[in-house]
Amino acid sequence: MRRPLLQQSLAALALALVAQPALAEDKPSSDLDLAMVNRLTWGATSAEVQRMRAMGAEAWLQAELHPPASERLPPAAQAMVDALPMRDQSTVALVREFREQLTAAKATQAAMPPPGQGAASNGPAAPNPMQAGPSGTAATQSMPPAPPTPQEVRRDYLGEAFKQDQTRLILRALYSPNQLREQLTAFWLNHFNVHAEKAEIRLLVRDYEDQAIRPHALGRFRDLLEATLRSPAMLQYLDNAQNAKGRINENYAREIMELHTMGVGSGYTQKDVQELARILTGVGIVNPDRPERPNPTNPAAIRDGMFAFYPGRHDMGDKVFLGHVIKGSGYDEVRQALDILCAQPATARHVSRQLAQYFVADSPPPALIERMAARWAQSGGEIAAVLDLLFHSPEFRASLSHPLLKDPQHFVLSAVRMAYDDRMIANTQPIANWLNRLGQPFYGHLTPDGYPLERTAWNGPGQIEQRFEIAQAIGNGSAGLFKGEAPSSTPRQAFPVLQGALYYGGLDKQLSPGTRTALDQAASPQEWNVLFLASPDFMGR
Amino acid sequence: MTAFPFSRRDLLAAGLAGGALMASSRVLAVPALGSQRLLVVFLRGAYDAANIIVPVSSDFYYAARPTIAIARPDPANPKAALPLDSDWGLHPALAESLYPLWQKRQLAFVPFAGTDDMSRSHFETQDTIELGQPLAGSRDYRSGFLGRLAATVAGCHPIAFSNQVPIAFHSASLQVPNLAVNTVTKPSFDARQQKLIEAMYATPTAQALAPQVAVTEGFSVRADAYGALQDEMVKASRGAVNPRGFEAQARRIAALMQDRFNLAFLDVGGWDTHTNQGAADGALANRIGDLGRGLAAFAEASGPQWTNTTVIVISEFGRTFRENGNKGTDHGHGSTYWVLGGNVRGGRMVGPQVRLSADTLNQQRDLPVLTDYRALLGGIFARLYGLSSQQISAVFPGMQPVDLGLV
Repeated sequence: MRRPLLQQSLAALALALVAQPALAEDKPSSDLDLAMVNRLTWGATSAEVQRMRAMGAEAWLQAELHPPASERLPPAAQAMVDALPMRDQSTVALVREFREQLTAAKATQAAMPPPGQGAASNGPAAPNPMQAGPSGTAATQSMPPAPPTPQEVRRDYLGEAFKQDQTRLILRALYSPNQLREQLTAFWLNHFNVHAEKAEIRLLVRDYEDQAIRPHALGRFRDLLEATLRSPAMLQYLDNAQNAKGRINENYAREIMELHTMGVGSGYTQKDVQELARILTGVGIVNPDRPERPNPTNPAAIRDGMFAFYPGRHDMGDKVFLGHVIKGSGYDEVRQALDILCAQPATARHVSRQLAQYFVADSPPPALIERMAARWAQSGGEIAAVLDLLFHSPEFRASLSHPLLKDPQHFVLSAVRMAYDDRMIANTQPIANWLNRLGQPFYGHLTPDGYPLERTAWNGPGQIEQRFEIAQAIGNGSAGLFKGEAPSSTPRQAFPVLQGALYYGGLDKQLSPGTRTALDQAASPQEWNVLFLASPDFMGR
Repeated sequence: MTAFPFSRRDLLAAGLAGGALMASSRVLAVPALGSQRLLVVFLRGAYDAANIIVPVSSDFYYAARPTIAIARPDPANPKAALPLDSDWGLHPALAESLYPLWQKRQLAFVPFAGTDDMSRSHFETQDTIELGQPLAGSRDYRSGFLGRLAATVAGCHPIAFSNQVPIAFHSASLQVPNLAVNTVTKPSFDARQQKLIEAMYATPTAQALAPQVAVTEGFSVRADAYGALQDEMVKASRGAVNPRGFEAQARRIAALMQDRFNLAFLDVGGWDTHTNQGAADGALANRIGDLGRGLAAFAEASGPQWTNTTVIVISEFGRTFRENGNKGTDHGHGSTYWVLGGNVRGGRMVGPQVRLSADTLNQQRDLPVLTDYRALLGGIFARLYGLSSQQISAVFPGMQPVDLGLV
């Protein structure tokens, strides 16, 4: 099953590369090991490289492609996740509690005389609301207890829930032993982008990540697509919760075809958009304030967590979608439409191209995309199978000798992984702040296209200079990553030691001469760290 | 991968570095920029032009938008449109900010403007506009229209006020810096450290990731921005108004365009109003109010430089002319562009127009495009910078500019 595509027509260059043993490139295999770990994870750590070398490259790769279904973090990281207060509440419970608090605050406000006090927290004060963070709590504690305004409830409740979700996501990226699945989770979160700032989506993204994205990140694309379609976050973000018979909203239907599956310009028409919008009528979310809907006595009604299909809002007429007649029948029409979309060669190519961009090059070789699309068709859209082909392709092997510029998420997370290896940080807030500053926070992209995959979007002078500043904060230990840690915990150096096992275990031999020269001039170990994290060698993965 | 280490290496070999590069690399470009300043504002998400610059003489408009239309001008109604001419009115949320500029004849609108891209995809059409290349033929993502403008006009000092470099500024011959003005903090590297870092990026391998020129430029832009904004922050703390959000951003941009930068690009997102967009009040009204206050603040903070400044506001496409089932609008086609500035011949609606009715809609759905954005911008650039038709065709290949006499 590993390398079945030799028989397919390849470009002459690719054939020449394939004819050699896969790892016999212009670099020794240990260098390629390191490059492979760097490419498939959130950044090499000495532990991960050791694991890879102990298992052998192929066994390690297969373990990454087929991780256990259950999520297991190292105990210290798991303990930190378990300590997050909102972890046990269901989405429905969260939304209901939030709305109750909001209603109470509105009632209190209505009962009070109308002075201007408290209004200051309203409005567009914070240039980036993602940084709102712990605001309310500290401020309100130091003052005599005044009832929170609705604006404060909104800011604090949504802010706190979102902060906890960011913490979880960052901890998993840093410490999950299933690193490829974590990278794919970020990839799909971006492919199926939702923006947390819209409406109440900050309360819905945990469910989105846990139910829709991560479990399917290496599974069947068809399952992933339907899981995102049934997620309240997506239905709210792209307005389908309001799409109903006679009140058509095209937004989600268009983006499914343009962004999630076939890609723009792949042959669908405005009419197909309108027909898919009709198929999607009645696909919505439960209003937690009126939990009895949809009417459970109607056999066509579906309710699953906050997802709901409302037969009464569905356009039961027949539709013609991408040349297929779809008989009016309720939610089953959606399943048929998704089957049709997932079987389109355009979908296989569109998604394969993006995967290849993420792992190989800004402009991936067309021959590689064609082979990935063929594997897609043959496997019924098994993401792990398509990736298996990708990672065994000569194009991928060749690309390991040419580092890809890290995007901000890769830069920040790999820097922390490099600096502290498997030593747990205590505070993820600096990481969230850096991702904001670099313009790539999780759930922070406004529009449904997600962040650009092209490296040229991330190599501007301002962008790179910001990275140097962050390299400095991490390298000299002033970043606050251990703020809040219990004073009794193991003593820790004031700054990280980057010249450790990973560095001397292979990285040192690969450094470019320019970087080596600069490192030799470092005036202190901290400065050595800063220069290393700021080096072009570290900017690539 | 980064494009063009080639030309940058050539420049490096010639001994040019950092700030000197910008001016010196264009010794061959003929016309001088002079003191012209140009800010291009991109309203990403396809703003609903018909509810901002309102076709008040169209009965069809009021029929097509039963819940979201803006009322016809009426001095007694604060929620009514402000009169522009006999056919058009302005959204009331712009009464305090931009309407005065219209009355001073420093603001013009170009209705029925846009592209020939009919994909109705935000992202596809945004790329089309930023690339500025003919729709037919393959796209070169390494070359945006502002990048080509900056390379054509001598003395251009371009900057993108964003945390990524937009496609509009992609260029084969220069690396345009980007700066997110709300995150400028004190630079933290000394000169020795900067030199060490720059040296690391002087190798060919490193240039493929992040060119050395860009690294140097990054340090210098940051230092300059911090210097300029420090002044501004001191001024603000001395009893000046303390603006927030986009208005604060716009003031900072004006401050940075005083000395160092004269060609800038700015994104303002959040215009994709599929549901409950509101009319005189509501989501779109809030957004447009913010934008108006920001642009007015930019004009004010430009001071005397305003007379040399042009601001062009564009968007990828317009929206459906009829409101949808959720009191919003879906993806459409033609839009209305704005041109404002101290040197703008404004106070008028510019360019070809058509009576708005069911039978004049494009595909029975949205506004037709009667003024191609490349022809429009080409015409403005030609006037601003005195460009020859050859130079204009370097910026907008295969396009004949139209001169609407806007500047």
